[in-house]
Amino acid sequence: MSANVNTSLPLEYQSGQSRMNILGFWIFLGAEIALFATLFGVYAVLSGRYAGGPTHQDIIMIREVMIQTILLLTSSFTCGLAIFEMRRGNKNELIMWLVITLLLGAGFLYMEINEFIHYVHIGASMQTSAFLSSLFVLLGTHGAHVTFGIGWAILVIIQLIKRGLTSVTARKVFIIGLYWHFLDVVWIFIFTFVYLKGLVL
Amino acid sequence: MGIKWDEFFITGDPLILGAQISIALTMIGIVFGLTYLKKWNWLWTEWITTVDHKRIGIMYIISAVLMFFRGGVDGLLMKAQTSRPEMEFLSSQHYNEIFTTHGVIMILFMAMPFLIGLMNVVVPLQIGARDVAFPQLNALSFWLFFSGAMLFNISFVIGGSPDAGWTSYFPLAGKEFSPSIANNYYAIALQIAGIGTLMTGINFIVTILKMRTKGMTLMRMPMFTWTTLITSVIIIAAFPIFTVALALMTFDRLFGTHFFTVSGGGMDMLWANLFWLWGHPEVYIVALPAFGIFSEVIATFSRKSLFGYKSMVYAIVGIALLSMLVWVHHFYTMGSGPAVNSFFSITTMLIAVPTGIKMFNWLFTMRKGRIKMTTAMLWSLAFVPCFTIGGVTGVMLAMGAADYQYHNTLFLVAHFHYVLIPGVVFAVFAGLYYWWPKMFGHLLNEKLGKWHFWLFVIGFNVTFMPMFFLGLSGAARRTYTFSAESGFAPLFLLSAMGSIVLAAGFAVFCYNIYWSLRYADRNISSDPWDARTLEWATATPVQHYNFAKLPEVKSLDAFWFMKKNNEGLTLKDSEIEEIHMPSNSGQPFIMCVLFGISGFFLVFEWSIAAAVAALGIFAGLIYRSFDYNDGYHIPVDEVRETELSWRNKKGEAHKHVS
Repeated sequence: MSANVNTSLPLEYQSGQSRMNILGFWIFLGAEIALFATLFGVYAVLSGRYAGGPTHQDIIMIREVMIQTILLLTSSFTCGLAIFEMRRGNKNELIMWLVITLLLGAGFLYMEINEFIHYVHIGASMQTSAFLSSLFVLLGTHGAHVTFGIGWAILVIIQLIKRGLTSVTARKVFIIGLYWHFLDVVWIFIFTFVYLKGLVL
Repeated sequence: MGIKWDEFFITGDPLILGAQISIALTMIGIVFGLTYLKKWNWLWTEWITTVDHKRIGIMYIISAVLMFFRGGVDGLLMKAQTSRPEMEFLSSQHYNEIFTTHGVIMILFMAMPFLIGLMNVVVPLQIGARDVAFPQLNALSFWLFFSGAMLFNISFVIGGSPDAGWTSYFPLAGKEFSPSIANNYYAIALQIAGIGTLMTGINFIVTILKMRTKGMTLMRMPMFTWTTLITSVIIIAAFPIFTVALALMTFDRLFGTHFFTVSGGGMDMLWANLFWLWGHPEVYIVALPAFGIFSEVIATFSRKSLFGYKSMVYAIVGIALLSMLVWVHHFYTMGSGPAVNSFFSITTMLIAVPTGIKMFNWLFTMRKGRIKMTTAMLWSLAFVPCFTIGGVTGVMLAMGAADYQYHNTLFLVAHFHYVLIPGVVFAVFAGLYYWWPKMFGHLLNEKLGKWHFWLFVIGFNVTFMPMFFLGLSGAARRTYTFSAESGFAPLFLLSAMGSIVLAAGFAVFCYNIYWSLRYADRNISSDPWDARTLEWATATPVQHYNFAKLPEVKSLDAFWFMKKNNEGLTLKDSEIEEIHMPSNSGQPFIMCVLFGISGFFLVFEWSIAAAVAALGIFAGLIYRSFDYNDGYHIPVDEVRETELSWRNKKGEAHKHVS
């Protein structure tokens, strides 16, 4: 496998093993799409089942959701800048943009947790109705992914600092970039089919 | 904290007490034996930490055979209970638990690991690769499966087994109607094993797409590799659905949510839909690789290339697509309405088309072939009529209107046993007899193999054929007993007697393994069957790096034509190079233990303890992230020595073409 090196490609694609890891991650994202599609399907089925509890209009906090959305979409943009800097070989700029990405992600997470606490506070907990069960699990799964991504990216940043920009660390950064953009895409669907739909329907 | 301490171990049943004692004795025996023979170190370095795809495959197969035994004993207990009217051998509760564990174990812990084991052993060899794309992930897959299987299996001595059927329909499987922790085992053990399966799917897709040797285009891949690829795609599409369904079940049972409950706006039919959205593709996840095995075995022993190779490929792709569009046929009677039922009737019947194409291709492969009646071939031959019975009754069941008559009767049970036993069990037996020398360097005894074959096939037919007629006369499945007035007694007794013959066949199989390990001739050719594909183009048993020189492929059935044209088989000294191999790792096994502990706590609803154990899982992931071990290189001398040790033997591969 080590013989399979192609230096004309970007750093993260140079070794045969890295190319396989990246393809493998794309396939993993395919599985993630199936996972979130199922959760969206469950939400679509249960979203009207309030069981006498609060409806979506009763609990929605559109201003906070807008801020969350802007934070997460911006973080996806800064993540793209990080990869851009990686391609130019600028390790410090790469780390800087990664850290900014994670701070934006953490901000998103902070607001989402507050949103959850607020919901529970006004009597809209996971146990209240089928609608709320599916809402909490869909948002919670996305939030757990963001949390996991932050922890994972911190490990990769440590490796970047320790080892510099090698074909292995570059591949790790690239893969986490894919993951981060994917979470952003999922959020766009959540924003549309959970919040916007909840606002108007 | 849902359990009382005096309920922790199951007590009060002599059968279970016997099982507990035998488990304890077996464990003491294993520990004592390993210590006495000083084998702990060997076990750890050679097996537990291995990342070699062949050894991982062998561990999958050993686990699967053990699970086959466990699931088979469940089956025999059921047959004993229903052998006479009003039997009091098992209580109704015990019967419920046994049919549940029988189904789960046979499908998820026997059929799947058996096939995944064979895929592990064979696929990298067939594509001319030295390992899978992610060897350590492969080990993790195995250990997660193992963890899930063990967790599921301890349920019957600690805490109680799941008892809501392998489908675990809500509301029965919910907290309201199954308040004990037993069904938590179902939700959590299958979740752990399922993560492993998903990773296997990713691993094999990347392996097959990226690691094929020079010249092996997609349309030159052996059929087993093709079916593995398509199966892996189905795994990626279907398993996440099960992951979600099980997670929601866990939430409902542990944290009081309302996904599938009767109260709080939940919808029990949502479970049925999600379960079968995974469950039906799952049938093809186990059937397709089995079809691949038959394709290899039939081509080899008919001494012809597979007939209609391209149509075979299109057929498996078609089956894979259709497999996603038929799930409602499992519950026609649950109020979907005529329009929906008609749609799913049609898609279901459509599956018979590609399957029929495959059937005819196998038959035409045999036509005018010089057929060798080896044990592996016998299994493939028996598969054809038996599976056809399963398929035709499947088309009967596919008709939504008629299904109201068959639904939940033994007719259905007979049908899916006629599909899964010929379709999967015959296949893994065929594959085992065929590929056994690749794993162990000797053949399984053919004479014992024929005893195994005839007892098993006759026993299978005698066991399940009566169940078609019992079902048509109204015997419901999952009922623990019946009255003498029902008139079911003679056929039930016949079926029970058949199951004894079936069990005898399995016993001969186990004896065959023992006999062959001890006495079989080790001095065999590296290509004992005169086979066609690349796994035979190297030593038997396979050296740990698979190929000293990666073979070059010029056609389908590459090895056959290499032998015919006498090219590409020899190895010049100048061609020997250092070989890069991945290092062993204990991390996957430790992850297995941590998943097992965390899952066990979660089963008992000790969420905090489970969370603490889960921290260990994260520690394992962090360790892996910082692990930069890049493997090692096998020096040229070692490769040369290994190659000389098998290449100059009598019966060398290229002297073989007849």
